[in-house]
Amino acid sequence: MDSPILVISNLFFHDGIMLEPSLYTVKAVLILDNDGDRLYAKYYDDTYPTVKEQKAFEKNIFNKTHRTDSEIALLEGLTVVYKSNIDLFFYVIGSSHENELMLMAVLNCLFDSLSQMLRKNVERRALLENMEGLFLAVDEIVDGGVVLESDPQQVVHRVALRGDDVPLTEQTVTQVLQSAKEQIKWSLLR
Amino acid sequence: MIKKFDKKDEESGSGSNPFQHLEKSAVLQEARIFNETPINPRRCLHILTKIIYLLNQQTLRRMCYLTIKEMANISEDVIIVTSSLTKDMTGKEDVYRGPAIRALCRITDTTMLQAIERYMKQAIVDKVPSVSSSALVSSLHMVKMSYDVVKRWVNEAQEAASSDNIMVQYHALGLLYHLRKNDRLAVTKMLNKFTKSGLKSPFAYCMLIRIASKLLDETEGGHDSPLFDFIESCLRNKNEMVVYEAASAIVHMPNCTARELAPAVSVLQLFCSSPKAALRYAAVRTLNKVAMKHPSAVTACNLDLENLITDSNRSIATLAITTLLKTGSESSVDRLMKQISSFVSEISDEFKVVVVQAISALCQKYPRKHSVMMNFLSNMLRDDYKRAIVDCIISIIEENPESKETGLAHLCEFIEDCEHTVLATKILHLLGKEGPRTPQPSKYIRFIFNRVVLESEAVRAAAVSALAKFGAQNGDLLPSVLVLMQRCMMDSDDEVRDRATFYMNVLQQKQKALNAAYIFNGLSVSIPGLEKSLHQYTLEPSEKPFDMKSVPLATTPITEQKTEIAPVATSKLPEKLAPSRQDIYQEQLASIPEFQGLGPLFKSSEPVQLTEAETEYVVRCVKHTFSRHMVFQFDCTNTLNDQLLQKVIVQMEPSEAYEVIHYIPAATLPYSQPGSCYTLVRLPDDDPTAVSCTFSCTMKYLVRDCDPNTGEPDDDGYDDEYVLEDLEVTVADHIQKVLKPNFGAAWEEVGDEFEKEETFALASVRTLDEAVGNIISFLGMQPCERSDKVPENKNSHVLFLAGVFRGGHDVLVRARLALADGVTMQVTVRSSEENVVDVILASVG
Repeated sequence: MDSPILVISNLFFHDGIMLEPSLYTVKAVLILDNDGDRLYAKYYDDTYPTVKEQKAFEKNIFNKTHRTDSEIALLEGLTVVYKSNIDLFFYVIGSSHENELMLMAVLNCLFDSLSQMLRKNVERRALLENMEGLFLAVDEIVDGGVVLESDPQQVVHRVALRGDDVPLTEQTVTQVLQSAKEQIKWSLLR
Repeated sequence: MIKKFDKKDEESGSGSNPFQHLEKSAVLQEARIFNETPINPRRCLHILTKIIYLLNQQTLRRMCYLTIKEMANISEDVIIVTSSLTKDMTGKEDVYRGPAIRALCRITDTTMLQAIERYMKQAIVDKVPSVSSSALVSSLHMVKMSYDVVKRWVNEAQEAASSDNIMVQYHALGLLYHLRKNDRLAVTKMLNKFTKSGLKSPFAYCMLIRIASKLLDETEGGHDSPLFDFIESCLRNKNEMVVYEAASAIVHMPNCTARELAPAVSVLQLFCSSPKAALRYAAVRTLNKVAMKHPSAVTACNLDLENLITDSNRSIATLAITTLLKTGSESSVDRLMKQISSFVSEISDEFKVVVVQAISALCQKYPRKHSVMMNFLSNMLRDDYKRAIVDCIISIIEENPESKETGLAHLCEFIEDCEHTVLATKILHLLGKEGPRTPQPSKYIRFIFNRVVLESEAVRAAAVSALAKFGAQNGDLLPSVLVLMQRCMMDSDDEVRDRATFYMNVLQQKQKALNAAYIFNGLSVSIPGLEKSLHQYTLEPSEKPFDMKSVPLATTPITEQKTEIAPVATSKLPEKLAPSRQDIYQEQLASIPEFQGLGPLFKSSEPVQLTEAETEYVVRCVKHTFSRHMVFQFDCTNTLNDQLLQKVIVQMEPSEAYEVIHYIPAATLPYSQPGSCYTLVRLPDDDPTAVSCTFSCTMKYLVRDCDPNTGEPDDDGYDDEYVLEDLEVTVADHIQKVLKPNFGAAWEEVGDEFEKEETFALASVRTLDEAVGNIISFLGMQPCERSDKVPENKNSHVLFLAGVFRGGHDVLVRARLALADGVTMQVTVRSSEENVVDVILASVG
């Protein structure tokens, strides 16, 4: 006689759907400030294809999370793990079937890496002064949705931004930058 | 203006975003400093950051796409970029190599990939972990685009999998699985190897668990398989992530026994008291899942769950409470409901749905608690989560007749102030269906008529239809309903006026048959079928009026199935009117010249297997019933790769006076490509009661042996045959299910002209449930008024069935069942045709 009870709740947990084993774990990484405005957003699939949808999603996330410091939530059918520090909100988003601890590992790695890079000074102003470090760090942690590295030490080492000015002796890099710049300029002025 | 703000921001010091007011032209101007010699690295860095920031903003997004597109056209520059990236990826500076590989793979295509293949292979096995990981992950991204190239790197990936670095292991495993996932044998081998050798990376372990559980599921491997042992052993891993993944995998396996679940449940129980919110959340969410199938397995955790119901993370608290509602006793319901009401406004929409679903389940388990839950739900209705709740209230009403009046009253209150057109029309429809049959129908009229005065067109039209049902059912209300209808006839909307005029005229006739046919029960034809028939009719002008009976019936009754509560995220898709399975068959059969002139397709059965699974030929049959003929469609599959079959027919020998008139062969049947052949049979005209028949079936064909590799057949073939299982035609093949929302009205409509009644003893049946199930599947008719659900602890039950017999005659069955040493059944049959009544009674006996 328990069959009707089963039918009802299964819809929520998508019973019986065998998920394809895959390395694609992270759907998005977000950093918002304490007004809910986007400081950094990287979406790895097309769950929210347009900027409009992304902003709406970010607004929803912020409204549901900024008052409580409770680490994890289920929103719009996605698992959201989050962390706040002073005036920053860090979010890592994955499918609701994803291992929550795996998403948590990504979030912790991001936060700890930034914390080291910013010398424990994780707040909006310091972050904005080190945007390049943030871009590079996220790029080292997640690549196209795949977790690339989960050890903050390794990430900081690979970003290697602090310290002396990186000597740009390699002529090739200059070349790349130059041609990229030229192209951007031409296409915009055309 | 912007400048001014900028200044002000700077003056005020903190809180300003230096990137906020970036202008793209200014940034481009600044980009000139790249030309300076010597280059100033710090300033360049700052400008690149600005560019990336701008690309992240929406304004420049499209500009950026344009730029990339423009750049991609200028191939010489791509080559410059590519060659410098290639140089970087093989260079000495490790910090550059990983990112260079990833950037290069992002802009490369299949042809260029071959040019860098050598470097990629080297990079995969590079001793620097970041290089190896980057190469593996980039390869994974490129599998979609260039599977054939990446496939050649399997050996390198294999080597990388035994790396000491945990991330390299993980990425290598992911790539290997992706390249081999279509080859089950290779996946099995890979699993064996890695589960034995043991990996260091927790991520890789999680991946292995997922692959293993997928393989278990596909092979339907028993729980004694080594794969299951592997997953269970992971419950003792020292990393929580792995332990949780294993527990979750076990919980999600189909057909797990309580004993197999126990170890998984006990690790989840431990996690419930973890200081980490994510772990508690994961644990309680998985326990909630277990509680759906095996509430008793979770009872051991009740104490831990009790501690979580006040958790500051409301998601965890909600999951804990809904889990307890499933496992707890009736006495704890009140307390838990009180707890959850205290923070219901704080939880996210997703979890409100979970709560509502849990309550819906609870109402079926403890029907006596319906007043507590109804109250809770109607309080929640004031929130903005109306749809799921309305659905829930409706399903409670349908499941539990005692709650009908309170439920309808709550819904009436709700539509007084409801802006959802869809919900309002849904509730009005329900009021029209259920309201007239309550002891005091008059009290609903006010609520319904208010809608006519106040709402939008769609709601007004629904309200008019609901009013008409009250007038049709209750004679004493009819005069007032007619007065109200009169007012609706002056409505500003066409649809509302049309409906009112139509109902007015029908109601004034005061004939029960008309009321039943046009107000209560509506059309039961398939809409695409009706459209097609009408179109056909207009093409061929004729003196005869259009005959509704020539229209195929709708195959699936639209309502009265279980109201499913879907999460709102999925329900935003528009519902499409897809052609039903029968409409598709109709189309297919109509294209065969021999079957023209059979009239409309009346019914298609579910496929019947005529062979065992795993035999040389797999044959299944779909029985298509027409008004005087049947067409048997045999879907055949040849599973022998060294044979080509030709001119395949299925010869049929009927046991009764059925006459086979035509065989339509399947011309060829190559290996593993299904084909269909047909047999046309005329039903006996002289004896309309001969509805059941057994056919012995033999498949006959010409075999041509062929080369298994090329499929090239020999020139000559030989005739052969293959005996299939017998095929039964039963009374259910002649009856189409039709739902009568108001069975009583339909019963009166058909009248007692051809009523017959007989009593049977069903000796072999033990329970009323079983008897009801047997009758429904035997007659193939639609149960009405939810009479297929037998209330618990009752010794008698009445089952109402409705259908249409081949030829378009309505047939209704009322079966009174009584339980005493077996089941006694009194069957009353009504139909518009005497033969049909005889057929039904004869076949039951």
